[in-house]
Amino acid sequence: MYDVIIIGAGVSGAASARELSKYKLNICVVEKEEDVCCGTSKANSAIAHAGFDAESGSLMAKLNVEGNQMMEKLSKELDFPFKQNGSLVVCLHEEEMPDLQKLYERGIENGVKDLRIINRKELVELEPNISDEAVAALYAPTGGIVCPFGMNIAFAENAAHNGVEFKFDTEVTGFEKKEDTWLVKTSQGDFETKYVVNAAGVYADKFHNMVSEKKLHITPRRGDYCLLDRSTEGFVTHTIFQLPSKYGKGVLVTPTVHGNTLVGPTAIDIEDKEGTNTTQAGIDELISKAGSTVKGLPIRQVITSFAGLRAHEDGHEFYIGEVEGAKGFIDCAGIESPGLTSAPAIGKMVAEIVSGLAGAEENPDFIGTRKGILDPKTLSNEERAALIKENPAYGNIICRCEMITEGEIIDAINRPLGAKSLDGVKRRTRVGMGRCQAGFCSPRTIEILARERGVDPAEITKSGGNSKIIVGINKDRI
Amino acid sequence: MLRQVYDIVIVGGGPAGLAAAVSAKRNGIESILVLERDKELGGILNQCIHNGFGLHTFKEELTGPEYAGRFIEQLEEEKIAYKLNTMVMDISDDKVVTAMNREDGMFEIQAKAVILAMGCRERSRGALNIPGYRPAGIYSAGTAQRLVNMEGYMPGREVVILGSGDIGLIMARRMTLEGAKVKVVAELLPYSGGLKRNIVQCLDDFGIPLKLSHTVVDIDGKERVEGITIAQVDENRRPIPGTEEHYTCDTLLLSCGLIPENEISSSLGVEMSPVTSGPLVNECLETNVEGVFACGNVLHVHDLVDFVSEEAGAAGKHAAEYVKNGAKHPSSDAKDIPITATQGARYTVPKTINPDRMDEKHIVRFRVGDVYKNCYVSVYLNDERVIHRKRPVMAPGEMEEVVLKKEELSAFPDLSQITVKIEEA
Repeated sequence: MYDVIIIGAGVSGAASARELSKYKLNICVVEKEEDVCCGTSKANSAIAHAGFDAESGSLMAKLNVEGNQMMEKLSKELDFPFKQNGSLVVCLHEEEMPDLQKLYERGIENGVKDLRIINRKELVELEPNISDEAVAALYAPTGGIVCPFGMNIAFAENAAHNGVEFKFDTEVTGFEKKEDTWLVKTSQGDFETKYVVNAAGVYADKFHNMVSEKKLHITPRRGDYCLLDRSTEGFVTHTIFQLPSKYGKGVLVTPTVHGNTLVGPTAIDIEDKEGTNTTQAGIDELISKAGSTVKGLPIRQVITSFAGLRAHEDGHEFYIGEVEGAKGFIDCAGIESPGLTSAPAIGKMVAEIVSGLAGAEENPDFIGTRKGILDPKTLSNEERAALIKENPAYGNIICRCEMITEGEIIDAINRPLGAKSLDGVKRRTRVGMGRCQAGFCSPRTIEILARERGVDPAEITKSGGNSKIIVGINKDRI
Repeated sequence: MLRQVYDIVIVGGGPAGLAAAVSAKRNGIESILVLERDKELGGILNQCIHNGFGLHTFKEELTGPEYAGRFIEQLEEEKIAYKLNTMVMDISDDKVVTAMNREDGMFEIQAKAVILAMGCRERSRGALNIPGYRPAGIYSAGTAQRLVNMEGYMPGREVVILGSGDIGLIMARRMTLEGAKVKVVAELLPYSGGLKRNIVQCLDDFGIPLKLSHTVVDIDGKERVEGITIAQVDENRRPIPGTEEHYTCDTLLLSCGLIPENEISSSLGVEMSPVTSGPLVNECLETNVEGVFACGNVLHVHDLVDFVSEEAGAAGKHAAEYVKNGAKHPSSDAKDIPITATQGARYTVPKTINPDRMDEKHIVRFRVGDVYKNCYVSVYLNDERVIHRKRPVMAPGEMEEVVLKKEELSAFPDLSQITVKIEEA
């Protein structure tokens, strides 16, 4: 019997688990995929929004600003990459200046700090590659960029460290309400719990609707992205949005915390909750729109395209709280942008609600810090030499594009909630995320995964399930 | 940190690095170190187990590993030092090479000359902007080649190949021989980028269809590839609606071009050609950074390893001369004549030539940008045409060459410009 079962190991579920582990509660996270950070949390703009977008007075606005303010301290405590690079909303037409002003005022009302409107001259100083059409911009120094995998994994690892159990490849199929508890039915058996937290991303409506008459409706809103090689580092240094207007919404152009340039997203409403396929039309749209805020975007440097699904609820608001008529069932639904930014605040809010309902005591053994995978590139050459002497695996480069060593990969596999697949290793270490897109390193990573996990290389998958890389041995069917 | 001193450091122990090392040694340099990132010397040749290598160099048909083996033997005979599993992290402009491996940790080498021989990588699915899902079962042809030929693993059973580059063609045959079914090879361009002999021996002989002017427009399958849709493209290489064909398969191999791996060269300040993505070099294969030479696929992508060896031999010789002359190139202040590639010729290697410094004859290699039939390769010194050679067929997939003579260049008054172009009959 659990006190809390959290459905979903995305960033909302993991943040909630971590915050709840501050209390004396028996917690389990169930995730249908083989790893944390496999859905919406892994494919998004990787932005810590300042908080001027959401409607004033909404929960979205509140949690966005709170989450943004928590991010820096949290990134140090939990050791994940975050940078406050500042964001710019670029106004391309003089006649839209009143809209820019409105956005500014909304930001002020939402509590965004240091917000101001800058003129073209200052804008060009900040971003030399800004479009010749740009007339002014809303400058939010508190805007940031974050590694979405890094943050999600950090929450989960820290939660696990504080006693939270994680069950992967475990898909929730239904609920049965007992007197004071819930029976959560899954592909791996039934589990009883006092509280359920529904942090199921694009599936949150499905689970909500199983227990409530007041229905939610989440549309997977697909966003296509193009990621450019690190050789484009410095093309822009701030996150650049286009002021939404009658001319369209535009796409953002932003640096990532790792030095790539990211362009996106599109916004296409679809039916399929797993429909993460990119389309030619989507990529074409990105390429044509990206040029409106910046000039000379080196689009030929694209190394990969991907699509993510935003969990867009019809009301465009976060739904966090105990579901009416379903005592002990707590929604964490409709978490779309700025969901990643809000995650720290979402986790806190969910934990307050659940611990309040449960009357839980604080956990005196809670450890709030976590050490990430050591990145030898952050060391001096001398320190690095000493590290290799101590552990020669740090002297063996596996991913030549991102310069990732065997030592980092072994750490990623063997740490709590360690990587089991190529994508798992990739999200933790960046192996295969570079310009050759795993062409050279995947056979070597498979070898290391197989060795460390003590399984046959043919068992290693790209991302769990049936995503096998090797299907047999030569001539086995002849 | 450990710091060693060598006359010549060669980055890469593939065919280019090996030939450069042997040549430098035979040209009188004792202190040479080859740094190789893989666990053995030979580079990509180790996974090219098919034959057809060495017809020019050794006048016999060898497999890739055999060809590499010949040069590795020479390296051993010449007692040239090398380090395996060693990654070069950085080269400074005063030629301090920082490298790393398990045994030595991080270490530095002060070199007098550096030869860049890092080879190339394959263009990935992402760089091609192919839409669709991102399941397992999508490999660059070279990755699949390594899995099959070096590790004995089948990466798939039913295969569609995009791109008719040589590795893709070779892998169509290899996968078939290992028991897979290769359903089709689609090529975006109206002609193949591979060698004619490979189309005949790897596709035609096995009844594998080659669809020119076709590309992949969708990848189906959420976990593993389940199917591929290809479509015909128009003259602007855009898919033509209504021409889609679906293939059920579990694997997509990509053979869509090779990109020289010049990240280290760029950070060293080596000037690059936007056409080849390789360094711009003079006839000594020296880059704009004095004492830094380049050869093999890091310089420009070759079709035949024999030409790599030949080019690398020249780089080794010139690096040796550079070191012997006290790190000062003879007549380095003499005038370099630029070679311009135009009208169908896409680039030349070298980019400049110095009539005083050059050998009696110098082979200039280049590629054409389209298929040309019964056209002429012309070379102009200033405005005067000095070479006008008829070629029945020229294609982008096969490297072309012209030979420049020292005598002719030196005798030409006020030579300021050499032009290579393709002319109609």
